[in-house]
Amino acid sequence: MADLAIRTLPLAGAHGGSASVRLEPAQPARRISLRAGAEAVAALSTALGVNLPTEPRTSASNDSRTALWLGPDEWLVIDEGAVDLNDSGTGVANGLINAAAGTGVAHSATDVSHRNTAILVSGPAAADVLNGGCPLDLSLKAFRVGACARTLFGKIEVVLLRTGEQNFRLECWRSFSEYAFGLLRQSAEDL
Amino acid sequence: MLLIHCPYCRDDRSELEFRWAGEAHIARPEQISEISDEAFSEYFFMRDNTKGIAWERWRHIHGCGRFFNAIRDTVSDKFLLTYKAGLPRQPVPGTETAGVETVEGGAA
Amino acid sequence: MTSYRIKGAGRLTPARTARFTFDGKIYTALEGDTVASALLANGVHLMGRSFKYHRPRGILSAGAEEPNALLDVARDAARRQPNVRASVQEVFDGAIIQSQNRWPTLGFDISSINNLLSPFFAAGFYYKTFMWPREAWAKLYEPIIRRAAGLGVAPKEEDPDHYANRFAHCDVLVAGAGAAGLTAALSAAETGASVILVDERAEVGGALLFDTSVTINGQSGYDWAQGVLVKLAAMPNVRVLTRTTVFGYYNHNFIGLVERVTDHMPRPDKLLPRERLWQVRAKKVVLATGAIERHMVFANNDRPGILLASAARMYLNHYGVAVGSRIGVYTAHDSAYEAAIDLKKAGVEIAAIVDCRAKPGDAVVSAARNLGIEVLTGYSVIDTAGRLRISSMTVARNSSTNHRKIAVDALLMSGGWTPSVHLFSQSRGKLKFDAENQRFLPNIYAENSISVGACNGTDDLNALLTEASAAGGGSVSVSGDSAFTWTGGMIGAAEGAGKDTTVKAFVDFQHDVTAKDIRLAVREGMHSIEHIKRFTTNGMASDQGKLSNMHGLAIAAEVLGKEIPQVGLTTFRAPYTPVTYGTLIAHSRGDLFDPARKTPLHAELTKAGAEFEDVGNWKRAWYFPRRGEDMHAAVNRECRTAREVAGIFDASTLGKIEVVGPDAAKFLNLMYTNAWDNLKPGKCRYGIMTREDGFVYDDGVVGRLAEDRFHVTTTTGGAPRVLHHMEDYLHTEFPDLKVWLTSTTEQWAVIAVQGPKAREIIEPLVEGLDLSSEAFPHMSVAECTVMGVPARLFRVSFTGEVGYEVNVPADYGASVWKAIWERGEALGACLYGTETMHVLRAEKGYIIVGQDTDGTVTPDDAGYGWAVSKKKTDFVGIRGLKRPDLMRSGRKQLVGLLTADPLEVLEEGGQIVADPNEPKPMTMLGHVTSAYWSENLGRSIAIALVADGRARMGQTVYIPMKDKTIAATVSDMVFFDKEGGRIHG
Repeated sequence: MADLAIRTLPLAGAHGGSASVRLEPAQPARRISLRAGAEAVAALSTALGVNLPTEPRTSASNDSRTALWLGPDEWLVIDEGAVDLNDSGTGVANGLINAAAGTGVAHSATDVSHRNTAILVSGPAAADVLNGGCPLDLSLKAFRVGACARTLFGKIEVVLLRTGEQNFRLECWRSFSEYAFGLLRQSAEDL
Repeated sequence: MLLIHCPYCRDDRSELEFRWAGEAHIARPEQISEISDEAFSEYFFMRDNTKGIAWERWRHIHGCGRFFNAIRDTVSDKFLLTYKAGLPRQPVPGTETAGVETVEGGAA
Repeated sequence: MTSYRIKGAGRLTPARTARFTFDGKIYTALEGDTVASALLANGVHLMGRSFKYHRPRGILSAGAEEPNALLDVARDAARRQPNVRASVQEVFDGAIIQSQNRWPTLGFDISSINNLLSPFFAAGFYYKTFMWPREAWAKLYEPIIRRAAGLGVAPKEEDPDHYANRFAHCDVLVAGAGAAGLTAALSAAETGASVILVDERAEVGGALLFDTSVTINGQSGYDWAQGVLVKLAAMPNVRVLTRTTVFGYYNHNFIGLVERVTDHMPRPDKLLPRERLWQVRAKKVVLATGAIERHMVFANNDRPGILLASAARMYLNHYGVAVGSRIGVYTAHDSAYEAAIDLKKAGVEIAAIVDCRAKPGDAVVSAARNLGIEVLTGYSVIDTAGRLRISSMTVARNSSTNHRKIAVDALLMSGGWTPSVHLFSQSRGKLKFDAENQRFLPNIYAENSISVGACNGTDDLNALLTEASAAGGGSVSVSGDSAFTWTGGMIGAAEGAGKDTTVKAFVDFQHDVTAKDIRLAVREGMHSIEHIKRFTTNGMASDQGKLSNMHGLAIAAEVLGKEIPQVGLTTFRAPYTPVTYGTLIAHSRGDLFDPARKTPLHAELTKAGAEFEDVGNWKRAWYFPRRGEDMHAAVNRECRTAREVAGIFDASTLGKIEVVGPDAAKFLNLMYTNAWDNLKPGKCRYGIMTREDGFVYDDGVVGRLAEDRFHVTTTTGGAPRVLHHMEDYLHTEFPDLKVWLTSTTEQWAVIAVQGPKAREIIEPLVEGLDLSSEAFPHMSVAECTVMGVPARLFRVSFTGEVGYEVNVPADYGASVWKAIWERGEALGACLYGTETMHVLRAEKGYIIVGQDTDGTVTPDDAGYGWAVSKKKTDFVGIRGLKRPDLMRSGRKQLVGLLTADPLEVLEEGGQIVADPNEPKPMTMLGHVTSAYWSENLGRSIAIALVADGRARMGQTVYIPMKDKTIAATVSDMVFFDKEGGRIHG
């Protein structure tokens, strides 16, 4: 029996921020990219235990699970339940995939737990720091708590989720995370 | 930098998030392998390249990812209407034949 | 040194001083001074040399329109900026300031001989003179012209400062914080709208900074403005940005701002960005950009000491500086009288007010005369004297030859006011000509914006305030009073601009364009203002003709005998004032210039000594040199070891798309030339993708994991465009298919293990799978467990050897790589990079799309005709492949090339001919697409696109190079293991 593989996180040790904003890599999470037509939403919501939002730019949460509307037939489902670092997380993602599969409705559920990584941006200047590279209007009026969108941050594509008035979760592909963190760090210093 | 109304996100978003995708309402022929050279040439190579009101496709590639259609004045760069992919060619808003009730979109 | 600082005048604090040097001499300024006001306070007017004639020039204005006083301002060697406007740059303690475009000194400049030679430098001089001989252009003319051209010198050091970027949104953006802008901003803010108010100066107030005869709501205009600022600053929905220029008005109310954050600070915090780019999207834009005073066009109107009347008033009333001790005024507009009156009241002698109009406004004339100022109406200044500073003006009654010389040390001029319609024009708004007042005004708006105040031609103070309040969307109770109502103004050449061709009456100071240049341009056939502009370069300097455009236009119209609107106005373009590259680039430099994508194995590759190459944004391991090895030696060793033992390769960058849904196979049938229905789960197939035109677009191995789930791989560089291409068809042409696409490129770390010992290396790490060739043959895929983590294992090969690609979730990649390498190393395997990967695949004749193909190659041209299904009734490219040009004979086909000299490695891109002795132009048959030294074969190999290549097997072709011609034999593309037995193990 071979040794068990050990997990190495893409942003291990990254830190940054300023008096008015805190930047930190998020804990590993299980994620699936979920694709399905409108007719499958109800069944999939039940199976996954979270109501898949159908309004643009909204998300829905239940317990440790959040479903983000990314497009009319696309959701990013993130499960932040405690992850043992020696657990691949893929098992749980498989759980999500299997749960979805159990509905029998046409859909696509694909494990992207390791494709994405996330950075938490929090503090009074969080929106300003993000606007150092993101063209969205991040005022509370335009981008409420729970709002989410796939958009750009500098030269990369990201998914942005507002988890609180001063809290954001920025998801990006892992090879872009160094750039994302670097731009956030620079932007935080520039305020 | 244009501001573009995505009919799927129902939101005005920066041009940065979009990619232009050519002239709209050019349907791929059903029996494409059977069509004549002339018909193929017309379908694949020839474009109107309109100066003025143009029907074109855009993709909200760094947003919801969807392709959609737009009526844009290529001289003023004004978007007159954006509407979902799959809808028939829409009339120019404000003209006599315009029937906005058929459009799931909105003026940008 | 005489101080021109007037006690009690101005708003600066006398106790707060700053020291700076100008051309090496130390000066003292007050905090808040601009470089211009500080030098003027020290009696210095001479600040630069003109561009073409090197004429001495002084400060002309007190704002952004300054064409003359362009200086080099530095903190240190690297923090140095040329062409800084003295009227904009604030003095900071320790500033090192130098004049430009002079040698050896500002006072004595050798190149001022150009002034004497000026008859040779008429408009169009460059176009006419440097035409021949042609060869002289690159060697002689261009270097000399380049050295002489431009004013400042860019620093050679890298810019140590950093620059920030911010996207922002607002309901109302107000450009300009004068009386109109402040009122509009307050009005909008009080409705609850989010407001951004921008002004280029350090302080708000606009014209109120100099116009002290205005009161608003019973306060001095200045005090009122500061009160409004306090109110606005306290509102959470308002952002006030001073020292910030609206430089660009783009589509759909997208506004570019540059905020100068630290340029005025003596010792800025290192963390602060020097400048910040603001990219603002405003629902509505209020343009309150004011007006710019014009100069008068007359002979020698450019001597130091001659400046705009409003500027003199600004220097006096805001900075407390008198611009001279005996001052003349030459005007066509009432406003200049107020400058004279203010100066006179401050104790400065006014030599005379010369007004070219017969009937100026009565009120200003009597006010001036009551103060004892001589007013000459119907007179003009027809010349000036003084070498480095004006010493006298020559005055004559209009249409009379009698003249009188009046000694002055400064001359104020006013030709009236030009509304600042730059931003309106940038927004593609259409202007109309106001013939009565000789000015262009906003007429048809292209965006949701509105112009208020002076830039809209609204001169009356109360009308302006009412208009601005309404534009803000709310209602502000505000009313004002001004001492005088202004009348007058003229455009074009004044009396004294002369018809004489030797008279220098400057229209454009920065480009040394005179009235006679414009007349000459018209005489030489330039009848459109766009042509006149380019021929004379009027308005083409960095000040973009803020002072000169209207004068140039009027002179052209006069010579052409046309009305001004018929001659037209040139279009204003962004930026309004020059913007540094640093600001436009903002964060995008150094590590943030472009994302450097690293694979999950990057740290391991680095530890193993990899050299990296850039492939798109990816950093890919190129080769792994051992001690003493150069690239060639390392690649040879890697190539040999991979075939003899095994090689381990990071293939994580391979594009991956998960295609899932009941119609997945149907969709792939349409996207690839191959058929997919008959591919069983657990099996892989190499697929070719063509565009509708029939040309190869991408290729890759596709594995079927389940009936409804495929793991599609693409080329590393092709991943995003292939996904875009697939989504395009799925959304647009085949929207009814139940299938979805997800990029999984980064979900998986991919470790390729290739070679005879590949299985032996990975076998102990894999659980739940029989790896024997019988159970898991070439082109198989399975989901299994590798070192305890769920994995996808592919039995595929890009080397022709037994090969596996181990896909594990990315975070586990490094750990699994380490374990595989530990086993591999013990068995004598090697790590290899992209260079060896290229050689090994070429030995087997495997193509790389984008290297061996170029967008004009069909599957058949590439030798992959077998991959095109004959049975399918549709796929993207099916019709394109039947185009006559794609079916004809004689097309270029991919073949192998073996050089006659086996040691000779061809150059990729080398052209191929059949007859090396054919006279030029030779008939080119094609080109070399890949060429390598093959250590395994002990000779060079190449792949080439050759016309009718497959019919030329065994024939000799030639590759002419610069110094020799290389002969090569056309061969099969498979050079190594032609039978292909090794791949099956």
